[in-house]
Amino acid sequence: MDAVKGSSKAGALPLLLPAILFLVLLFLYPFAYGLYLSLTTAKGEPSLGNYLRFFGEARDFRTIWVTLQIAVPITLVNVGLAVPFAYYMRRGMRGERLITFFLIIPITLGTVLVSEGMLSFMGPKGWLNQLLLALHVVAEPYRFTHNYLGVVISLGLQGFPYAFLMLLGYVSGINPDLEKASQMLGANRWQTFWKILFPLMIPGIAISFCLNFVMAFSVFPSAVLLGQPSGPTRVISIAAYQWAFEKFNFNAASAISMVMAAIELLVISAVLVWRSRMYKGASMVGKG
Amino acid sequence: MKDFKTISVRGMTKRFGEKTAVNDFSLEFGKGEFVTFLGPSGCGKSTALNCITGLIPITSGEIWIDDECVDNTKTKIPPEKREFGMVFQNYALFPHLTVFENVAFGLRLRRVRKAELSRRVDTALRLVHLEGYAAKFPTQMSGGEQQRVAIARCIVLEPRLLLLDEPLSNLDAKLRVELRYEIKALHERLKVTTIYVTHDQTEALALSDRIVVLRSGRIQQVGTPSEVFSDPANLFVADFMGFKNVWTVRVKSLREIGGALEASLDAQGIPLTARMAWPEGDKRRTVLAEAFRTGAEMRTAVRPEDIVIAGAAGENRIACAATLVEYQGQASQVSATPRLAATSDDGSPLRLDLRTGSRIAEGGSFEVSVPGDKILLFPPTETAAEAAGWTP
Repeated sequence: MDAVKGSSKAGALPLLLPAILFLVLLFLYPFAYGLYLSLTTAKGEPSLGNYLRFFGEARDFRTIWVTLQIAVPITLVNVGLAVPFAYYMRRGMRGERLITFFLIIPITLGTVLVSEGMLSFMGPKGWLNQLLLALHVVAEPYRFTHNYLGVVISLGLQGFPYAFLMLLGYVSGINPDLEKASQMLGANRWQTFWKILFPLMIPGIAISFCLNFVMAFSVFPSAVLLGQPSGPTRVISIAAYQWAFEKFNFNAASAISMVMAAIELLVISAVLVWRSRMYKGASMVGKG
Repeated sequence: MKDFKTISVRGMTKRFGEKTAVNDFSLEFGKGEFVTFLGPSGCGKSTALNCITGLIPITSGEIWIDDECVDNTKTKIPPEKREFGMVFQNYALFPHLTVFENVAFGLRLRRVRKAELSRRVDTALRLVHLEGYAAKFPTQMSGGEQQRVAIARCIVLEPRLLLLDEPLSNLDAKLRVELRYEIKALHERLKVTTIYVTHDQTEALALSDRIVVLRSGRIQQVGTPSEVFSDPANLFVADFMGFKNVWTVRVKSLREIGGALEASLDAQGIPLTARMAWPEGDKRRTVLAEAFRTGAEMRTAVRPEDIVIAGAAGENRIACAATLVEYQGQASQVSATPRLAATSDDGSPLRLDLRTGSRIAEGGSFEVSVPGDKILLFPPTETAAEAAGWTP
């Protein structure tokens, strides 16, 4: 048995090479190069100036806060909504395929098309406002676009399906007998959800929160198209873009993207710490 | 635990669309009884169990505990309030909780105070021989240990009824026997009213006070293990209890000999004499007499181990040739065909199945004797048996 294992490990290395090469060329090298750029001046001299400038200039520094204000609430909403939806649909239901289809559309169409659609649908003269006016819900067109709300809505449309589909996979993978067992031991639905299903969903919730957050934190197209890129929705990626392609200072832009990565890592580690505190069980589902 | 005398299930039926999974299931069991639902997969035994728990809503029928209505389709006590315990085939332990917390789960829901809680959990774990496992997680344990935790998790609540749904099916053969023994010992000790679902006749025979044999959602027979084993109600139960040698026979004569009924039979050309120790007034006597009068077909059933290799003496002697010999250690399973040309109506040769300790070579000739009192007679189908009122 061990001999077989050993030989299969040795044999696996050549098979892994393409993947390793891919990772090094397309991820590790650019990342390392970016880190190098961020720590040097345009002339290649080592310097912390790029970081000092970012943290020193309020206009750039505040983009962290602006982006967090967009990313954190919408990620919480996406995951928070996905949990009950996934719970409700865990055993499948009529029309599940149709619902899944509609949820996948925003992902497949891409951000730009969704943003364009929202601009006309939710714009001052769009159907939504026409309807609200006709129903006398509002007196004058409500501004859904070109502001904070527009960016958040588009991130919801894009992020919720991810969170939902991911959690659905998680919940429907939980042995249905666990719910029955809990019920037979005297727990009602509510108790069964909080004591059994929710704790077992935590790893899935953590992962989908992380992915959703990273997606929302690095928002760019919808912040430009649906927000106010000059002010309230000048997110961190816009700042990086402007340094790179308007001021042609790649070193400063690299520093900003390093800051972005650091914040994302920080949030992800915080979530994973929460996860390990909440979920102590060995592996998921397994035999039981 | 609320005390009670009998649990009674009356006319319980469950339909899934067109399919009737449980059909007019009626059964009463007393406190402390160990009842087994036995049948092949898809016979509705698990559905019946789940209907009793309330996890599957019943289509019609009623469940009562003494004069307390548990379910009559209109008013029903929800499963979590029935005070029943259930053990699942796949253990269904909560993977994120330790063994202690798994067992304490129901007690915590009942807000049992801390000192009493840990005392009761400890007692339950001791009962299933898992002292010292309290801090482990289910995934760190073997299947047999996990199933013990599942049992402890139920009995710690002192349920009115304990339901076990094929609890040993996921275990290997050795563990299965061990845990079966422990379930028996636990029942002897606690006298919890138990329903046990299995497809394994050995388990059913070893554990039960009474066995309920099911087929296609209908009860075929209810009886003690020895009743079901030696006096099956119909061919289906006989087959499930290990009877073979199902031959088509016609009754040539009937006569009374010392309280037993002796029938001369023609089994596809081979003469056989069978003796039935049916008491006077047994409904089966009438059915058999009717078959003799009309010349209707009957079927035999004989256990392979009851057929003996003939020595000097022995009745119902048949000379045959072995077609297949399967060595099984102490004995061999032998399939044979009679030397005498005996064919059934459809042309297939009569087949004898026997189990013997003697060495028999494939193709070898030998003579067997079928003891007349070991031959069971049945109407040709279960429906025919039911229609004729054939009951042991």
